[in-house]
Amino acid sequence: MPYDPGNDVLVVPRGPEPGGVGGTYRVFGETLRGMKTVFARLFEKPVTIQYPEEKTPVYPRFRGRHRLHKFEDTGLEKCVGCSLCAAACPADCIRVVAAENTPEHRVSAGERYAAVYEINMSRCIFCGYCEIACPFDAITLGHDYELSDYNRSDLIFTKEMLLSEPLERTPLRREGE
Amino acid sequence: MTAPVHVLGDVAYFEPWWIQIIKAIVIFAVILQILPVTIVIERKLLGRFQLRYGPNRVGPYGLLQPLAEIVKFATKENIRPTTSTGWLFILAPVISILTAVAALAIVPFGDTVDIFGTQVGLYGIDVSVGILYLFAFGAIAFYAPMLGGWASGSKYSFLGAMRAAAQLISYEVAQGLALVGVLMTAGTLSLTEIVHAQEGMWYFIPQFVGLLVFTTASFAETNRAPFDLSEADAELVQGYMTEYGGAKMVAYLFGEYLNMMIASLLIATFFFGGWQLPFGIDPPTWVDPFVVLAKMSVFLFFFIWVRASLPRLRYDQLMSFGWKVLLPLATANALVTAILVVTLD
Repeated sequence: MPYDPGNDVLVVPRGPEPGGVGGTYRVFGETLRGMKTVFARLFEKPVTIQYPEEKTPVYPRFRGRHRLHKFEDTGLEKCVGCSLCAAACPADCIRVVAAENTPEHRVSAGERYAAVYEINMSRCIFCGYCEIACPFDAITLGHDYELSDYNRSDLIFTKEMLLSEPLERTPLRREGE
Repeated sequence: MTAPVHVLGDVAYFEPWWIQIIKAIVIFAVILQILPVTIVIERKLLGRFQLRYGPNRVGPYGLLQPLAEIVKFATKENIRPTTSTGWLFILAPVISILTAVAALAIVPFGDTVDIFGTQVGLYGIDVSVGILYLFAFGAIAFYAPMLGGWASGSKYSFLGAMRAAAQLISYEVAQGLALVGVLMTAGTLSLTEIVHAQEGMWYFIPQFVGLLVFTTASFAETNRAPFDLSEADAELVQGYMTEYGGAKMVAYLFGEYLNMMIASLLIATFFFGGWQLPFGIDPPTWVDPFVVLAKMSVFLFFFIWVRASLPRLRYDQLMSFGWKVLLPLATANALVTAILVVTLD
């Protein structure tokens, strides 16, 4: 017994086949419709972001260049040189050399401080594990994504570079954008 | 000054030789200045059609972009394949430009005008065989892609050249037949006379089918989208000009854009009353060239608009469209026009 699809078959309405008078008429009409659609684009604003002049805004949780933080009231560094970030780093790009705080030379709030804190940006994969590993929220990933340079050695960011404010602010994406 | 009798064709009006030289230089210079502007406007318009800006870095609004590109192309290394045929390889792009410039000579930009007491026709020359002259040079223009592709000594260029030549030949027929209607209605082959004949009604009304066929065939003749499959920038790496680079490639592109401008000028001349303005507006004669150039830019915009809108045809679609749709339409148009011209006379 042959298969009878019955009412399950969906009939898709199709235009006339190409060729013939109906097809020619349809082709002509569709061509004009397409041209109208293209013409309407002329009155819309381009979606291009003119990069060097205007930057792409980033989301609040965007992971860009790292920042090291200080306490706002005392001005002491939050980092205590525990090297947990270096241990958590899968790309092995963080180098921390700790030193003891003395009463005359007090850098951080804890017992020790990071005498050397370097991040090799050419190796960093911006995973944010350092941020998670840090017990004092001393390191976070900022919003800056313009990190190219001419030399590899210039991409090793020192503690001073990571502590300072970025030279240019990256725009933040507005709510619902 | 009386017109000398020529063997090949009569000339309606003839100036002294020095005026002719000045006219030639002026027409050439003006069109050559419009050409790079056309290229940059095309790229900007294509950008706007696709919701982007197009070139806007070189100079104000990116207007110096063609200048930068000319410098880039002219300073490129002069490369040619070892299998290529030297002088033909160089001759082919020259033919491309030469035929385009030659067609420019008979496009009327206006009527005769009195400049410092001398009657000057605002056209290169007004020959009585205008349309034939156009098609003669159009036929020579086939040799540009053909010789170019063949002399490159590359299989891909050769295939591209074959496609280009087949396309040009098929559409030349339809283009010619579309104009038969116009020249029967006007009763003359001279382009200036055709414009004069349109004083009552522009020919796009009685010759609407002719206009459609001629415009479509012009797209194919100028190798423009949607008939740009001899070049097909994306997949065929430019077809017949694969092996060309630097200044020689610029020559090809130059010829292509010049052909596009000439096609626009011809549509304006044959179907949209040349230098005339509608509604009985009759400006002084010196306005005429600007009217023609304005009409030309409208059709250039149309060319760019179509390029932005329509996808490229397949080769068999192109051929069957040319021979099965355009050619019968053009023939029927010519026949109907002939019958009407005879019965209404």
